[in-house]
Amino acid sequence: MRIVVAMSGGVDSSVVAGLMHAAGHEVIGVTLQLYDHGAAAGRKGACCAGQDIHDARNVADRLGIAHYVIDAEAAFRKAVIADFTESYATGKTPVPCVRCNQHLKFGDLLGLARDLGAEALATGHYVRREQGRDGAELHRAADAARDQSWFLFATTRDQLEFARFPLGTMPDKVEVRAHAASMGLQVADKPDSQDICFVPSGSYADIVTKLRPDAGLPGDIVDQDGTVLGSHQGIARYTVGQGKRLGAASGRVVTEIDAGRRRLVVGPRGTGSRQVRLAEPNWLIEPPGTPFRATVKLRARETPQDAEIDAATGIVTLDTAALAAPGQACVIYDGTRVLGGGFIV
Amino acid sequence: MSASNEADPLYLDANATEPLRPAARAALIGALDILGNPASIHAEGRTARRGLESARTIIAARFGARPQDVVFCSGATEANAMAIHAFGATRPIVIGATEHDAVRAAAPAAAIMPVDAAGLADLAWLEAELTARPGALVCVMAANNETGVLSPIAPIAALCAAHGALLHVDAVQAAGRISIDYLALGATSVAISAHKLGGPKGVGALILAPGVAAGLPALIAGGGQEKGRRGGTPALPAIAGFAAAITAADPAEGPRQTRLRDAIEAGAREYGAIVIGAGAPRLPNTTCLALPGLTAETQVIALDLERISVSAGSACSSGKVARSHVLTAMGLHDLAGCAIRVSLPWNAPEDAPARFLAAYRRLAARALRKRGGFSNSPEAYIPSLV
Repeated sequence: MRIVVAMSGGVDSSVVAGLMHAAGHEVIGVTLQLYDHGAAAGRKGACCAGQDIHDARNVADRLGIAHYVIDAEAAFRKAVIADFTESYATGKTPVPCVRCNQHLKFGDLLGLARDLGAEALATGHYVRREQGRDGAELHRAADAARDQSWFLFATTRDQLEFARFPLGTMPDKVEVRAHAASMGLQVADKPDSQDICFVPSGSYADIVTKLRPDAGLPGDIVDQDGTVLGSHQGIARYTVGQGKRLGAASGRVVTEIDAGRRRLVVGPRGTGSRQVRLAEPNWLIEPPGTPFRATVKLRARETPQDAEIDAATGIVTLDTAALAAPGQACVIYDGTRVLGGGFIV
Repeated sequence: MSASNEADPLYLDANATEPLRPAARAALIGALDILGNPASIHAEGRTARRGLESARTIIAARFGARPQDVVFCSGATEANAMAIHAFGATRPIVIGATEHDAVRAAAPAAAIMPVDAAGLADLAWLEAELTARPGALVCVMAANNETGVLSPIAPIAALCAAHGALLHVDAVQAAGRISIDYLALGATSVAISAHKLGGPKGVGALILAPGVAAGLPALIAGGGQEKGRRGGTPALPAIAGFAAAITAADPAEGPRQTRLRDAIEAGAREYGAIVIGAGAPRLPNTTCLALPGLTAETQVIALDLERISVSAGSACSSGKVARSHVLTAMGLHDLAGCAIRVSLPWNAPEDAPARFLAAYRRLAARALRKRGGFSNSPEAYIPSLV
């Protein structure tokens, strides 16, 4: 079948393209140019395309498949970077990868794949898609260390039907790299990408405060009673649950970010709440009409915890109180299967 | 030209580069065996110089220039840069809003002459600008690479003459396709490129009006070749191919191309396309088709998957398609993202319209579904055109 492969230029999606090609499919590689690499790296006059795009092209040439670069800068700015900066400026901690998957990869790119008459869109995500009785199911990857299911909770059922994740069953990255090497791909030894792709220098707060200077203004650190304990250098540098950078208030954790008053509220470690409210819920099952038991993950890297979920109200009641950071995802699992999720309010 | 084999690729991107003409290929291959460097004094050098000067004479004649006023270089990007460097250093510069990046990048501080919705220069604006800033350098393309729209060079040249301005014409797309004697109209310099008229890639020329060549400051001085105007050993095989291509390029090919082009436009309009620049005089081989509802990238990729080569906007080195500044300058903001350029090569097969339209029809059906019904009247999208 004709299949579009989202190729980032990294080893994972390169291997996906190679595997699909070896399986006899008509593979069309597409690389989304998400931002101006020259500008992001602070090099004036540098090419807008980074090394990754050239790597993706070389892999496609090596495999002998068609490859195209799509200008997705405007969509990325709107759906990902604007949401990223706005979230920090309003005291939340965004997950840009979720927005990118939701709007760019499984939104615009999937639409392009359909327009090109493809029957599927394959990506290098580490998740498993299983054909269930009621359609496609999303499951955690075989390689628990690389599982990316948390980042894909916002994929709709319709999108999931069209998606393929060939790396979900790989036991580990070593095997993925071995595949790349056996296919003669130059990217076999390329280091894994780190952190947030559009913040190459590592200081996300600089990007936030450039677009939202107010998020970089100093303010008070207060306790739950409003007593001022110290000051901070901009709310963009904090997330709920954080214990670092608290200066005179060290030893405590951030329990709330009050963006309106540019205040950080801190409390003793162990502070938390059992109730988590979800916004923009996405369900990969028919949402149950009555509250049900499942496990949830409030962060990308944490052990799932037991909870009761009420799909009707969007309220998750944790068995054990925790500090959930607004803007992060709360993803609901039944064993390995993703049932749905939402953004923490 | 006969019908093509259905399985053959259909190349309709001549404005990116024309297929090599057989005569150019033969001349290029023949010249590869010329041993000497044209600058050498020995017999081999003289043979090489003879080949070089013969090519120069042929090209000069075609543009109504003297041989000594033809400066060979690497292509039109360099030829344009050379002209702007030589004539624009001490003058205010005016460029057209739809100029190629070769000119835009060489004159980043230039005043921009606006165009109307058909892509034609605003002559009243130019007159006011040249009155306010006499002695300028005006850079205008003879034919636009994306739309094929022809600039009104004669009135622009007259305005330049009346206000003491110099005129540089970027004739890359027009050369070999239409016959206009830019120097006779008053241009100071003309940039051309071999591969846009069926010659090899990597060579072009700046053609100068008599008398302006003396003291032309070189962009690359090097060993003083080209009478000190462009350093570096001339690319003799490519230059021989260039001259052969210019000899073979026959504007009499125009009517056949116009017939094929018009057939494409008539069919595409039936499928809901809007022909951009249709109200202006245009090159015979070029059409710019907007299909609301489907991005230009999607159209180019979908056609490529059917082995039909067209283009959109101007591709950068990454292969990314940038939104067309040409269509944006024409005020067609909404159409700029959904327009493709179809440019017929000199050897386009007779069945090019039928084959193109069969594929385009499928695209149009997809676009129609996406926008949920369509109007094929331009005024639905561009009120300013009617």
